[in-house]
Amino acid sequence: MAKGRVDIVVERCKSCGFCVEFCPTKVLALSSAFNSKGYHPPHVVQPEKCSGCDLCGMYCPDFAIYGHKNNPASKQEDGDES
Amino acid sequence: MKADPHGVLTGVHFIDGDHACCEGALAAGARFAAGYPITPSTEVVERFAARVPTVGGTFIQMEDELAASITLQGAVWGGAKAFTVTSGPGFSLMMEHIGYAAMTETPCVFVDVQRGGPSTGLPTLPAQADMMQARWGSHGDYEIIALCPNSPQECFDLTIKAFNLSEEFRVPVFFMMDEVVGHMTEKVVIPPADEIDVVPRKHTRKSVEEYLPYGTNGDLVPEIAHAGEGYKFHVTGLTHDERGYPNMTPQTQDTLVRRLQNKIRNATDRISMFEEENLDGADVVVISYGITSRVAQRAIELARAKGLRVGKLRLITAWPFPENKIRELAGKVKAFVVPELNLGQMVHEVERAAAGAAKTYAVTHAGGNVHQPEQILKAILEAAR
Amino acid sequence: MSELVNPVEAFLRTDRMPHIWCPGCGIGTTVNCFAQALIESKIDLETLALVSGIGCTGRVAGYVKLDSFHTTHGRAIPFATGLKLANPKLNVVVYSGDGDLSAIGGNHLIHAARRNIDLKVICVNNLIYAMTGGQTAPTTPDHAITSTNPYGSFEAGFNLPHLVEAAGAVYVARWTTFHVRQLARSIAEAFKKKGFSFIEILSPCPTLYQRRNKLGDGLDTMKFYKEKSKVRHGAPTSEVGLTMTGDIVVGKFVDRDRPDYQTMMRAQYVESLGDKYVEQTECVCG
Repeated sequence: MAKGRVDIVVERCKSCGFCVEFCPTKVLALSSAFNSKGYHPPHVVQPEKCSGCDLCGMYCPDFAIYGHKNNPASKQEDGDES
Repeated sequence: MKADPHGVLTGVHFIDGDHACCEGALAAGARFAAGYPITPSTEVVERFAARVPTVGGTFIQMEDELAASITLQGAVWGGAKAFTVTSGPGFSLMMEHIGYAAMTETPCVFVDVQRGGPSTGLPTLPAQADMMQARWGSHGDYEIIALCPNSPQECFDLTIKAFNLSEEFRVPVFFMMDEVVGHMTEKVVIPPADEIDVVPRKHTRKSVEEYLPYGTNGDLVPEIAHAGEGYKFHVTGLTHDERGYPNMTPQTQDTLVRRLQNKIRNATDRISMFEEENLDGADVVVISYGITSRVAQRAIELARAKGLRVGKLRLITAWPFPENKIRELAGKVKAFVVPELNLGQMVHEVERAAAGAAKTYAVTHAGGNVHQPEQILKAILEAAR
Repeated sequence: MSELVNPVEAFLRTDRMPHIWCPGCGIGTTVNCFAQALIESKIDLETLALVSGIGCTGRVAGYVKLDSFHTTHGRAIPFATGLKLANPKLNVVVYSGDGDLSAIGGNHLIHAARRNIDLKVICVNNLIYAMTGGQTAPTTPDHAITSTNPYGSFEAGFNLPHLVEAAGAVYVARWTTFHVRQLARSIAEAFKKKGFSFIEILSPCPTLYQRRNKLGDGLDTMKFYKEKSKVRHGAPTSEVGLTMTGDIVVGKFVDRDRPDYQTMMRAQYVESLGDKYVEQTECVCG
């Protein structure tokens, strides 16, 4: 499974496109869906490529996305959940 | 609570008003001043700069009055009692931050040792021409408290009162001295610390979850917290709600600004301080403040020697203006005589409060020296006719 | 699988989200970097105070869950000075914009740097007065179109790192909102330093600066930062001036040591007064 995943706070997104552009593994793309303000939030198009680096989260000016590792180094988890 | 003895220079002194004011601030617990030199006020901070390192506190001379007037407010939010000192041109520069102090309800004291104006004017000579500016100088609706000492002794005593009022009402308080009171040397008695009453900051004891930075429980004055105590509060000059968060709606504006006004106005009778003499049965009452009141005293004595029934009302607090007192008096006397070292400022308030029930005679003076008693006597005689 | 919370949330007044900044504005990005720096530096949030001035960046104070002060235009630094002097235990950050800090606040900027007041100044530079509708700022590059220079500016823009270095700052760095990791690291470094630290962050204002100058949107600007930035640590600050379309020199330019204001104050009083010196006591306000 992917090393990481992203969580998206759809309602905060303003479609600036930073996360899509600067994800090193091109996990994201702007969706054709709308949030209630009329913006297209991103969605995950290549989930298996996500490393959980959180560059998307660092870039997001609207605090609308967060990337994290599935198995944080400090924990010994099974990693078999889906 | 009682004054901290470290700041109290108990004893009998022979000092001028500027120096006495500094001692008053120290006695009141002021441990921070930010200033900028301006005649005739500079001695206040010069003395503070010399005293405070041996008392425990900080003085910083900032790069201008704009900085001084906000640096002191940062110090207040950091936990100190703080003040600044200035005169006309510096006072003008401080106006924006006076509004900020009123809006954020920052307890602090601004000392204005008034001198001739406008503009550079008469740097070393007296006037009382900043009185309206103290009340209305910043933009928007807000209320303040202003005190007018008329002697070096009062410069000591009333500075303590100024700090006490600022803490009680969380409002900037103006100490309206003038160049003569500031530079005249007289006996100043400083009592022992345990004879000096000092009002502590209205510091919250609420838990972090319960505390509302601008919430009031019945009384109109919110409890304060300082930075670094874990409350993680927000302070802004924008119109704000009880959480301190910007909330720029007409409703919030109405609630907030009326509370800022009522906080002071409703307490006018409690805040007002006067010196009264021979008001009962008076035909004419001389209303004065600051150094002019000492000349007025002489004029009143001369008038009474002529058999006239003249009373004295000295305003120790000029703001909030004691409307009720004046209105009540106006119904009983023929006229008010209002000498001021300006071309008519507080006299307009007297006239307004009198509402035509008594005549009002202004004894104006452009500034530069004090009135002659005869000038005031002349007005009293005319008023008594 | 547990829902992990974005660590930046702990620093935000989430009851005030969403914020007012435009799509593609970089201020929020700088806040992420700031939060990251706080986490890395393990700064005690209870003794951290943040002071801002007026402008878009000034609104940061209202969005962070810290003791925060939204003060007057240009005067965040003197307010912060008072805060720090009254309570030296506080870690005081000034977070404000280029116009606020270098125009109306310019005098206070240079004096605080001269005095080496222990402040961390984060200057978000979008080359414009954004909040008020896009007027010329002291940092606006030559020939740029703004609402008060509708035919193009004819003033040279300030070289802020050069200015604050000359004034006496002990830590001077510049990054852009593209350089999120480096920026977080820089802010963390500044927290380790005692004295006046200044970090300039170039940030897009797509609504005003970029739009009026036909420079694209926020994303275009970020790509521009990526392309045009040249990392030159230790570059002489006289050489890091900005133009509208030229290279952007980024990096840590100044990292030196000089006793901060309070250290100098204490040393002077001890030397002059000896035993008679009484250091700043705890608040006696009651």
